[in-house]
Amino acid sequence: MPMPSSEAPSSSAALEQLFASRIAVLDGAMGTMIQGYGLEEADFRGTRFGDHPKDLKGNNDLLSITRPDVIEEIHSKYFQAGADIVETNTFNSTAISQTDYGTESLVPELNAAAVAAARRAAEKAERAEPGRRRFVAGAIGPLNRTLSMSPDVNRPDYRAVTWDQVVNAYLEQARALAKAGVDALLVETIFDTLNAKAALFATELLFDELGRRLPVMISVTITDASGRTLSGQTIGAFYASVAHARPFSVGINCALGGRQMRPYVEELSAIAGCHTTCYPNAGLPNAFGGYDESPEDMAAILGEFASNGWVNMVGGCCGSTPAHIAAIARAVGAYPPRRRPVPAPAMRLSGLEPLVIA
Amino acid sequence: MSNESRASASQFIVIGERTNITGSPKFARSIKSGDWDACLAIARQQVESGANVIDINVDEALIDGEATMVKFLNLIAAEPEISRVPVMIDSSKWTVIEAGLKCVQGKCIVNSISLKDGEAEFLRRARLILRYGAAAVVMAFDEAGQAATRDEKVRICTRAYNLLTREAGFPPEDIIFDPNILTVATGIEEHNNYAVDFFEATRVIKETLPGAKVSGGVSNVSFSFRGNNPVREAIHTVFLFHAIRSGLDMAIVNAGMLGVYEEIPKDLLERVEDVILNRRPDATERLVALADSLKASQGGASKTEVKEDLSWRDAPVEQRLAHALVKGIDAFVEQDTEEARQNEAKYPRPLNIIEGPLMDGMRIVGDLFGAGKMFLPQVVKSARVMKKSVAYLTPFMEEEKRRFVAAGGVARTQGRIVLATVKGDVHDIGKNIVGVVLACNNYEVIDLGVMVPCDKILAAAAEKRADVIGLSGLITPSLDEMVHVSKEMRRTGSTVPLLIGGATTSAAHTAVKIAPEYAHGVIHVLDASRVVNVVSSLLSPENKPAFISEVESRQQKQREEFAARRARKPLLSLATARARRQAFDWAGVDIPRPTFLGARTFRDVPLAEIVPFIDWGPFFSAWELHGRFPDILKDEVVGAEATKLYADAQALLDRIVRERRFTANAVIGFWPCNAVGDDIEVYADEERSSVVTRFHMLRQQLEKPEGQFNHSLADYVAPRESGRIDYLGGFAVTAGHGVDTFAEAFRKATDDYSAIMSQALGDRLAEAMAEMFHKRAREACGYGLTENLSHQDLIRERYRGIRPAPGYPACPDHTEKPILFELLGAEEATGIRLTESCAMSPASSVSGWYCNHPDAKYFGVGKVGRDQVDDYARRKGWTVAEAEKWLGPYLDYDPG
Repeated sequence: MPMPSSEAPSSSAALEQLFASRIAVLDGAMGTMIQGYGLEEADFRGTRFGDHPKDLKGNNDLLSITRPDVIEEIHSKYFQAGADIVETNTFNSTAISQTDYGTESLVPELNAAAVAAARRAAEKAERAEPGRRRFVAGAIGPLNRTLSMSPDVNRPDYRAVTWDQVVNAYLEQARALAKAGVDALLVETIFDTLNAKAALFATELLFDELGRRLPVMISVTITDASGRTLSGQTIGAFYASVAHARPFSVGINCALGGRQMRPYVEELSAIAGCHTTCYPNAGLPNAFGGYDESPEDMAAILGEFASNGWVNMVGGCCGSTPAHIAAIARAVGAYPPRRRPVPAPAMRLSGLEPLVIA
Repeated sequence: MSNESRASASQFIVIGERTNITGSPKFARSIKSGDWDACLAIARQQVESGANVIDINVDEALIDGEATMVKFLNLIAAEPEISRVPVMIDSSKWTVIEAGLKCVQGKCIVNSISLKDGEAEFLRRARLILRYGAAAVVMAFDEAGQAATRDEKVRICTRAYNLLTREAGFPPEDIIFDPNILTVATGIEEHNNYAVDFFEATRVIKETLPGAKVSGGVSNVSFSFRGNNPVREAIHTVFLFHAIRSGLDMAIVNAGMLGVYEEIPKDLLERVEDVILNRRPDATERLVALADSLKASQGGASKTEVKEDLSWRDAPVEQRLAHALVKGIDAFVEQDTEEARQNEAKYPRPLNIIEGPLMDGMRIVGDLFGAGKMFLPQVVKSARVMKKSVAYLTPFMEEEKRRFVAAGGVARTQGRIVLATVKGDVHDIGKNIVGVVLACNNYEVIDLGVMVPCDKILAAAAEKRADVIGLSGLITPSLDEMVHVSKEMRRTGSTVPLLIGGATTSAAHTAVKIAPEYAHGVIHVLDASRVVNVVSSLLSPENKPAFISEVESRQQKQREEFAARRARKPLLSLATARARRQAFDWAGVDIPRPTFLGARTFRDVPLAEIVPFIDWGPFFSAWELHGRFPDILKDEVVGAEATKLYADAQALLDRIVRERRFTANAVIGFWPCNAVGDDIEVYADEERSSVVTRFHMLRQQLEKPEGQFNHSLADYVAPRESGRIDYLGGFAVTAGHGVDTFAEAFRKATDDYSAIMSQALGDRLAEAMAEMFHKRAREACGYGLTENLSHQDLIRERYRGIRPAPGYPACPDHTEKPILFELLGAEEATGIRLTESCAMSPASSVSGWYCNHPDAKYFGVGKVGRDQVDDYARRKGWTVAEAEKWLGPYLDYDPG
């Protein structure tokens, strides 16, 4: 019997309950799944954007409006595979990223349509398995412009975008996601911490507007074996840079497979006072840009992380599929969630590296 | 160093001032003329000379503050050697600060906000800073102006603290107070006490506003002596010396220009201290008079006359170098090295000097050491001389190599050893000694430091193409980590031999647990004197196969012996072991009630009080000189060297005490308790209204002769069913804050001898503190008041009661330590942190329980059986696998 909605716990409380009871499972890749449908320019345009002056193929976020059936179906496959949480199809749904397609005026609608598709899939999954809550996290991507690096090597102090522009773009997106009813916000695939700090600044502005907070999940991308973000921070420095936002969780996704992420997941797990998460790519890209790690490979790696008590939520990024998520869900089910350490009170500063002053 | 979080605890934070327009005329000129490369060079120089943070201030009437701040911060972001450290965005204009906050990806510090513009504005800015994710400097300034006296400083800071933490939700640990360092010796009487006011205010702020830090801009204090840099530097040095003792956490200073307190000439020091500490009314005039004469007679420094036998200086340069190496005299070595280098006919290449006279000298040292005629402290001193000479030659060799490579040559490598103390462990004295011994035998040593994760070790070994990897560790969980490293070496296809060393390691453990994991040689190295033989055998293609096979056959034998031993002696069942516990008639046992309950903190314990409790015996063992103290000083073989070592130790200890180089903190406490089974329950009060926490003890399971017991620490505590309340004590003490910094300074100056000595003394002081506070604890329990023991009796522990420590034989599980720490509030009280393996950091720390029972004795739990592991896991709320992991070395069986 589904509980009457008046007695159902708030989504934040329900999310907390989920994380307290076991390792949560996030969905897998959206992009590679969309590719599988072989959609053409006409699918992206639909009837509504038939006359749009720019090419729209590749603007995956637009499909939430023009092919909501496809997006909903992908979410449903992940829920069926055992995901507790799906991410909305809004990775690029900010005015700054949509400018490339000339669709920046659609931002509120893109986000609302994406949340609606995810929510329909969630409700369907809840009907199919009564008593189990399914969650929708509003995906907030990294932008195609960056605040701490110059695109012009001859002018290292130049920036292609300003802090205020980034904050405004993120605020518009986060507001639309919240209004459409997401259970949490997920600032992800962070390769420039300053962009992320602007996103977190925006979510705080939003919470002031709303008069309530939403759980904020944060996920950073460690670019390569240097163990650093693209903007040069170590995982410890990154955590110091975002801890002020009182995140619900901090984790690592994209760029690397789980095997390469291992030391950083371990390190983050030891220092983070909040939940930790990990959703790696299905290995490193092969010569053709595809991903080779089988569901069993990926599940074995994440299962090992779980057995070490390093993670509170796992899932997949580029190249992962519902089969991967199903295997991962099975692999981590046996292990209790990571217990959060209580870090000693200290001033935790950072440049590219952390400085802890106890 | 990659393990940055080690920049921890008591380390004083240096904030570089040269990128502050008011702190550096050169920076001001460069900013104004737009010479950005020069500005970046200044920033880089600050970081290179050790600034932990750089202060950036571009406040100047004629430049656009916002644009300049943004431009400079954006430029810094592109310079990894600079942006490695956090920045301090410093401006008196809020708009400049906010513009800066929008440019920095790291967590920075804002300098500053204050109550100058009223509470509303103060809180608005604080909330924004929080949202931008920065820490904040808060000036002791309010609507009425700047605080000058101690009480005003404290009042304003307290008000700001309460507003920030209660109204703005600002984390207290992100608040840094700047209680205004004001200029002294101005000739105005009210200014005379300004430095003292600062010290006292700092002390009160640190004591009463938990979490908050204190900082200040030091150069202001000496402003009245501008133009006289030697005196200003002395004033800064003295000011910092006293301010740090009062609790100053950080200061804005010129990182490249910090003096050394003890090197200030006595007369100058006295007069500067008179001024800083406001010790006499004419202090200012007296310092001014001396300052003038100093300025007049620059260069007339007094020389201290030392009577020394310098006849060896007449010998040829090769003999002088050998003499210096054998005797450990570094005074002339650079001069002699240069003289040798000048002789190009004999030494066409700098390397010839190393391979010739220097190695000849070290060979003598090695022979003497091998023959037991030289001892480790001397070898370390010899290494210091060697390093100094090599350091002198290095630039010449690099130049030569550059030319060689430019001409198409290939640089040649020699034997390389990567050393590390494994993840979770902070102990490194032994590892440092091994490093020094290897280095003076001309191996290249890459020392990765302490708490080094496995992947870093393997990556460094691969990158540097190491010939050997050496792992060190002191606490038992490090044994597991070493097993982990060996597995990873196998998994990643490594082929270099692995050396295992450190206090808990053993040939048996290496043979049974580590060697089977890795096929390319795992060798246990008992101590530093063996390491050169081992490494040279491993690196010799002729000797290696025979050496490895000999090691392997020895290990095979050890494994067989281990298996046989286990098969021979089955353990008692846990139930039987419990039945054979030492039972007491509790109605008759004296249970003293301590004079206080709960925890008591002792901060900044004067080191001089601790010194008398030092047990010097283990000190000599740390240097591999074995024998009982004080007899060892008269020992026929090692006596002379032990005496010299002891004298050096006394001198350095004196200096440490005088300059308060180490900070000693302690917390001790007592709680009502009862034993429940093998657990000890700790209660909130003597009515036992609630259980605060629970300690879990292990029990001996080895079968014992008739009349002996299967002990557990829980047996020394009154069981709940006895109807009596008992009291358990706990303690955590550290003398380690400052040890690393002090040792590192020596190491930087290539003085490993003093560095290792500092660490060894830190350990002795910590153990002495444990003894000293145990005495206080016994006094608090009453029975200690009448014990009247001599120093020897104290050290031999001839008193009632014991202080067993988690992780040691009576309770081998290290994870009881976090429970003890939480009960004591030990992290906050003492600044000791626990690593993931429950090692205490800083390393010079001791913690444990106090058991008052008159019959309490130390014992070793020994091996535990599967039944006890199951039971223990249940009690701890662990899986059996977790229990097996933590109890690994104590398991009597092979966990499948």
